[in-house]
Amino acid sequence: MKVPLSLLLEFCDPGLSAEEISSVLALSGTEVERVTRLGVEDSSNFVVGVVLTADQHPDADRLKVCTVDVGAPEPATIVCGAPNVGAGQTVAVALPGAVMPVGMMIKKAKLRGVESSGMICAEDELGLGKGHQGILVLAETAGPAGRALGEVLPLDETVLELEITPNRPDCLGVYGVARELHAATGAELKSAPWENDLGSAGALDGIKVSVQDSEQCRIFTARIYEGLSAAVTPPAIAAHLTAAGMRPISPVVDITNYVMLVVGEPLHVFDLDKIDGDLTVRAAAAGETVATLDGESRDLVEGETIIADAGGPTSIAGVMGGARSEVGPDTTRVLLEAATWHGPSINQTSARLGLRSEASGRFEKGLAPVFASRGQAFASQLFGEIYGVAPAAGTVVVGAVGEAHTIKLSHAKVNSLMGSELTAERITGPLERLGFTVSVDGDVFSVEVPLDRLDVARDVDLIEEIARIDGLEKLGATLPTSSTGGGRLTRQQKIRRQVQDALVSSGCFEAAGWSFCAPGLSDRLRLASDDSRRNAITLVNPMSSEESVLRTTLLGSLLDSAARNAARGAAVIRLFETGPVYLPSEDGLSDEPQRFGAVLCGPSTRPDWRNASPSTVDVHAAIGVIGQVLDSLHCEWRIVPVAEPEPFLHPGRSGVIEIAGRPAGWVGDLHPLVSTEWGLDGGVAFEVDLNAVISASPEVLHYSPVSAHPMVGQDLAVVVDAAVSAAELIEIAEEVGSPELESVSVFDIYRGKQLGENSVSVGLRFAFRADDRTLTEEEATAVRQRILEALQDRKGAQSRG
Amino acid sequence: MLERISQIVDEVKAAVVAATTSAELEELRIKWLGRKAELPNILRGVKDLDPSERGPAGKAANEARVELEGAIDTKMASFAGAELELRLVEDAVDITLPGHPQQFPGGLHLLTQTMREIEDVFLGLGYGIAEGPEVELVAYNFDALNHAPHHPARSPSDTFYVGDSVLLRTHTSPVQVRTMLVTPPPLYVIVPGRVYRRDDDATHTPQFHQIEGLAVDEGISLADLKGTLLAFAKAIFGDEREIRLRPHFFPFTEPSVEVDVSCFACNQGVADGDRCGLCKGTAWIEILGAGMVDPNVFASVSGEQPAYDPGKVQGFAFGLGIERIAMLKHSVPDLRLLYDNDIRFLEQFA
Repeated sequence: MKVPLSLLLEFCDPGLSAEEISSVLALSGTEVERVTRLGVEDSSNFVVGVVLTADQHPDADRLKVCTVDVGAPEPATIVCGAPNVGAGQTVAVALPGAVMPVGMMIKKAKLRGVESSGMICAEDELGLGKGHQGILVLAETAGPAGRALGEVLPLDETVLELEITPNRPDCLGVYGVARELHAATGAELKSAPWENDLGSAGALDGIKVSVQDSEQCRIFTARIYEGLSAAVTPPAIAAHLTAAGMRPISPVVDITNYVMLVVGEPLHVFDLDKIDGDLTVRAAAAGETVATLDGESRDLVEGETIIADAGGPTSIAGVMGGARSEVGPDTTRVLLEAATWHGPSINQTSARLGLRSEASGRFEKGLAPVFASRGQAFASQLFGEIYGVAPAAGTVVVGAVGEAHTIKLSHAKVNSLMGSELTAERITGPLERLGFTVSVDGDVFSVEVPLDRLDVARDVDLIEEIARIDGLEKLGATLPTSSTGGGRLTRQQKIRRQVQDALVSSGCFEAAGWSFCAPGLSDRLRLASDDSRRNAITLVNPMSSEESVLRTTLLGSLLDSAARNAARGAAVIRLFETGPVYLPSEDGLSDEPQRFGAVLCGPSTRPDWRNASPSTVDVHAAIGVIGQVLDSLHCEWRIVPVAEPEPFLHPGRSGVIEIAGRPAGWVGDLHPLVSTEWGLDGGVAFEVDLNAVISASPEVLHYSPVSAHPMVGQDLAVVVDAAVSAAELIEIAEEVGSPELESVSVFDIYRGKQLGENSVSVGLRFAFRADDRTLTEEEATAVRQRILEALQDRKGAQSRG
Repeated sequence: MLERISQIVDEVKAAVVAATTSAELEELRIKWLGRKAELPNILRGVKDLDPSERGPAGKAANEARVELEGAIDTKMASFAGAELELRLVEDAVDITLPGHPQQFPGGLHLLTQTMREIEDVFLGLGYGIAEGPEVELVAYNFDALNHAPHHPARSPSDTFYVGDSVLLRTHTSPVQVRTMLVTPPPLYVIVPGRVYRRDDDATHTPQFHQIEGLAVDEGISLADLKGTLLAFAKAIFGDEREIRLRPHFFPFTEPSVEVDVSCFACNQGVADGDRCGLCKGTAWIEILGAGMVDPNVFASVSGEQPAYDPGKVQGFAFGLGIERIAMLKHSVPDLRLLYDNDIRFLEQFA
């Protein structure tokens, strides 16, 4: 909400600068988004002018030569380049000597041979806004010519743009803000502008109003003004409206806007002579339409609240009035409506029609019914001031402003919740300055809530008022004295951190992926039509179809991130992510198992001066990373070939990751079609279930004895059929090598013509050791022989010596 | 004979002293102690001497040999040390070359680093870390958190829905409710996690991260909230930081506040003589929202957990955006950088 500072100060002037007032408001709960200085440094030499003639410049297509009455004996000749200038307009003129906001002084000057004595100004040239479509055309009533422009435009104004929180619709009028300023500073609050009501209660002749749904319309009030004739909006009101961002239009419209600005209550005015019969507030029927003030014909949705007369819908309640009963220059009798509409319904209708206005924005917040009577009272004063008319006897009131209620507030509770030691005075003072009526009974305050404070219903609501007005800066800063001793990570959280750290240690960067993905990802990953990962949770209202389902694998966003880096020329891409995937569950929610996964592209070791061109990553590079993670957590794991490989992996170079004997993920070279799809050069990937790691990782590590006797190392190279895996050979060696075999590893793999096409030589390196004695070379050789024989028997292995 | 032996000893000792290389010493050894040298010859000839001369001559020759061998060995050893040093110096490499093998760099994402840093502050303050589902019930995300039936945040224009009563959580606050339902007070937890809102512009992504905090016990106060957040702000942004509370409105807290931290890039809003760009000259930076848990929130769980009787317990809650904290602390100008995963960005924080 834009609040002209001069208007705010009319109601409460604490003698502070705009910045100080902003700070006071911000620290008491009214955020000031912006402080804007409007107008010019010095408003002398800015006057109202009336364009008498506007003719084409003889030597310039885009210029016009105007004669302008500026209140001097002779009209001024002013050359103007604005396309919209025309004879008869009332305009803002900067005369020679005027200093524009940008610092330029206006001087007499020849423009293409014609002397120009001033400038007709656009909105932005006067520091009033951004408008530069053409010159600012003022209402005729801004005259007469020669009047100081500062009397009709806010040439010396500061505007506070306030963010009113949704619980405080009472601050949607300047007087409500003034009350906040009063409460926070103690400066005097002038009496409310609605206090002296010139109208009267009782039945109103000439119109009947019925309300069919009191939930949609908590109160509907109306007054009639008759005998309206030509009138002028007082310049100060016009200037305030302009500063608040509302263009002065006509006195009657300006009255409604000014009441809304000061009180917060939007009003609507009907030409009483154009209302057909009585008014009914009702729900629109299907197929009804209404012609609105903006000249459009609007289709109504069944159930939307409208005001209708005998001729059908005449206004969309709280959103926009109808053309049929619009006031015009000939209007002499008006019906002034002030009502309280159901906020959420107004929100819905205004959003549907794209008609957000100052009025609908206020109604959406849920105004208190008492605003309607306040609005009527202030409007009656303005009609008297501007048109010299009093309201016709009586006021339509359908509904009620409500009754004040009282809250009991315990002194001890205030200090307990705030952690303070406030005296009774520091409790009653803020409440009374805010308009609450407080009486004290021992340790308990009885607090009567003003009718406009619908947000205050409980003692905690009052405590908030006290806390913010007494000042949160006075509050101490303490720490809770109790504790549960629960300040530690859960096992799951600890292991997740360890997994992340191990992935970092193995030279990977963590990526932040999106939980959303495109439904087409499944196809891009070549998932089979019955793959369960196609069964993703779908958003009802995604931002776009590309973000319309929740991920069932981490691979998609990892590939996307890898692809972006590859496109930017990154030679080494090693990205991982830890996080949930989202799998539909029977209860309509989701299972969200945590996973970790990675995509690696580029060299398998970091190129350096000893090895400038290392081989590129392959599945074993990925297995190396997995091993670093799982070994650091002491998990038992292995990689197992599978009959049905993942469709996005190379079928001959991928496998299942088994942790503690159960499948827990996949690893492999990316399928070449998938690499190509993402524009990657090769690449490998894996994804592992974090829960499998958590269950497999021992909670506590226990000591096992280390032998004091020396190790005997021996190698064995065997030739086997290429289909025999190294893991099979190792398994046999471990089985028959016990107990002397301490460890076995593969130290060499060789394929060559002399071995034959389907054979491979596998070099095994054994470490033999006995716990209780020094093992002799002969004993070790015997075990090695035992292993060799087993490999010969079971796998047809041939010793290479 | 004895005289000759003595001459040899003197001559060789002088030559040893004069020798400057181990090669010269080796020459001396061959010349004077080698198989055909004079002294060994004398020793070999002792047996042919007159018996009365054999003893003294043999003894003297043997002593001379031992003495000279010792002199040559000692000198040789001193040369060996020096020459080894010389050889080592000649055997130099360029130690300015990088180590080998070069390890790939790696690092946690800035969001994870920030989240852990905040988690560790609250672990130190005695808080546990709770987590909850991201696909959440409307009942926990809005209803139990005192959002009115028509609260605008419920609108499909603001919140992602999966079904009529199921949504993507818009904040980590529903975990407050879930945790209270299973854990009686006193309760001190923080809740980190991903949250979702239908915003996508320069300062919003539809997915972002929050950390929620909740402390519930008898007598927890607004001053406790202030002290806790002051400790947090000092831990994250520096010991010189102050905080200020500004009244605000949230449906699930009453009173509600927004919390500012004193700007760490300027002095009273002025940096290098200009208006500070970080705090826009205000000297304060908004970092989070907080407040005292609304009694209606306690009422929503006290049916199942009577210990949360709103008449008995008080509590505070706060919620902050990880992205915002990370961007503020590490001068990251654009939210998008956090989700782009450009390795050149990631390695800056490794």
